[in-house]
Amino acid sequence: MTTTASTLDRPATPPAFQAVGGARKFKNILATVLVTLAFLIALVPLVWLLVTVIARGFEAVITADWWTHSLKGVLPKEFAGGAYHAIIGTLLQTVVCAVIAVPVGILAAIYLVEYGRGRLARTTTFMVDILSGVPSIVAALFIYALLLSTFQMGQSAFAVSMALVLLMLPVVVRSTEEMLRLVPQELREASYALGVPKWKTIVRIVLPTALSGVVTGVMLAMARVMGETAPVLVLVGYSKSINFNIFDGNMTSLPLLIYSELNNPNPAGQLRVWGAALTLIILIMLFNLVAALVSRFSAIKTK
Amino acid sequence: MAKRIDVKDLNIFYGKFHAVDRVTLAVPPRSVTAFIGPSGCGKSTVLRSLNRMHEVTPGARVEGKVLLDGEDIYATTVDPVEVRRTIGMVFQRPNPFPTMSIRDNVVAGLRLGGMRNRKQLDEVAERSLRGANLWAEVSDRLDKPGGSLSGGQQQRLCIARAIAVQPDVLLMDEPCSALDPISTLAIEDLIGELKKDFTIVIVTHNMQQAARVSDQTAFFNLAGVGQPGRLVEIDDTEKIFSNPGQQATEDYISGRFG
Ligand SMILES: Nc1ncnc2c1ncn2[C@@H]1O[C@H](COP(=O)(O)OP(=O)(O)OP(=O)(O)O)[C@@H](O)[C@H]1O
Ligand SMILES: [Mg+2]
Repeated sequence: MTTTASTLDRPATPPAFQAVGGARKFKNILATVLVTLAFLIALVPLVWLLVTVIARGFEAVITADWWTHSLKGVLPKEFAGGAYHAIIGTLLQTVVCAVIAVPVGILAAIYLVEYGRGRLARTTTFMVDILSGVPSIVAALFIYALLLSTFQMGQSAFAVSMALVLLMLPVVVRSTEEMLRLVPQELREASYALGVPKWKTIVRIVLPTALSGVVTGVMLAMARVMGETAPVLVLVGYSKSINFNIFDGNMTSLPLLIYSELNNPNPAGQLRVWGAALTLIILIMLFNLVAALVSRFSAIKTK
Repeated sequence: MAKRIDVKDLNIFYGKFHAVDRVTLAVPPRSVTAFIGPSGCGKSTVLRSLNRMHEVTPGARVEGKVLLDGEDIYATTVDPVEVRRTIGMVFQRPNPFPTMSIRDNVVAGLRLGGMRNRKQLDEVAERSLRGANLWAEVSDRLDKPGGSLSGGQQQRLCIARAIAVQPDVLLMDEPCSALDPISTLAIEDLIGELKKDFTIVIVTHNMQQAARVSDQTAFFNLAGVGQPGRLVEIDDTEKIFSNPGQQATEDYISGRFG
């Protein structure tokens, strides 16, 4: 029996691994192209929106007056004054809303995750679900019926804040709940095993562990309600001047400023509309930035 | 101050599921008792009911008595938080508090218990870390997060944390199952040391470990699928491993189980 060199060189069995086949290569490229395309399509409206708002509102927000002056005594066709009163209004209404919604929301989430059993917990979860589906105009109408009609309060920024609470509460409860559920049960047990009571375990172990996620959720919820327009249209009046009193008088916020200046056909009005829109976006971006920073600094370190 | 444990006719339930049936055993002070037995027979369940950790699980409850130096820890007048302060626990997977530094992890029990004195806390931290054979490895980085240690170091950190509150009894649920042989040996040595001050109960799947570290061994088994687990026998470790009283124990130890 003679064996040539070439038969010796050939492996006895075909190699286990082969080059990527043509069909798979094609599918891979196709999938990559489709995914990239979808990403670009999703990006187009976003970039377009940003570019439009920046291009049209830019001129308004670069003036110092915009950030320091109200529109008091400014004529509709005058290129003067600023959005200070509306920025104050938006921040005040949002902060008052957060002061109420954040503690209540976090405590409710703690109840649901750490204590909630049986019917009450199920009912709470169900109500939170319903609440998160309530349109903002309905929340505004409810507050209108409750505070303005039943309790005879006048229109005020406080009423707006209460409507915003209804919108913010479910978001805070949901995001906090999720973060608390991410904390491993083992950590709670480790704390119990040291003879630490349950409430202290929650306050000193569970909450700090979940803190960065909770803070991010709260910040995003605040950014979300900042731009809500329905409540300010229904529950508070427009004013051209600054008002720090949340319980009395008209108070303009950025959405309300946009809405009222839309009725101003002068070029100055148009500039204010876009300026206010850009300001709103800047404020929301700042909030997101703060959220990112806070979550970075309160994140759990492993190094 | 080590204390003795007497378990009398303990039935343990998860909701309707009867997990462990009528366990009676005694653990003398300053000794190591090992729980062995096949998976799912209820070793962890029994261990967790020794410091009332069992009832943390929703729907879980026990019937029967667990006496700590003659005092029933399940009496209605007894605060479970106090029980857990007296009977410490080390878990299967190391679970240091991720938000805390190494030092803060060790003294977590004391600090959450209200001790503020910085100097005293530092002393306790050093003593406990030395007690857990970890001091040499971490003394220069006490302010680093607890999560930055290796698995074996984390487990010893958890032991340091457990002994820092000076419990009377230490329960350990498979403390070496995630560790390499060297860390395992370190912890076994440590158990030998701790035995001088504490009463120790340890769950292990490792027969050699049970034989090496324990004074007495309890063998748990399942009567069948869906049946509650039960204590087959408990005796001196030497006797269990050389001449057990029950056939089932001998089969299990010699690997002829199932
Ligand atoms: N949280 C729980 N809820 C319901 N049943 C449980 C729970 N934990 C354990 N069980 C059941 O109780 C029985 C005993 O479980 P246990 O964890 O005590 O076993 P084990 O002997 O520790 O097993 P392993 O050696 O695998 O750790 C098993 O049938 C298990 O399914
Ligand atoms: Mg177990």
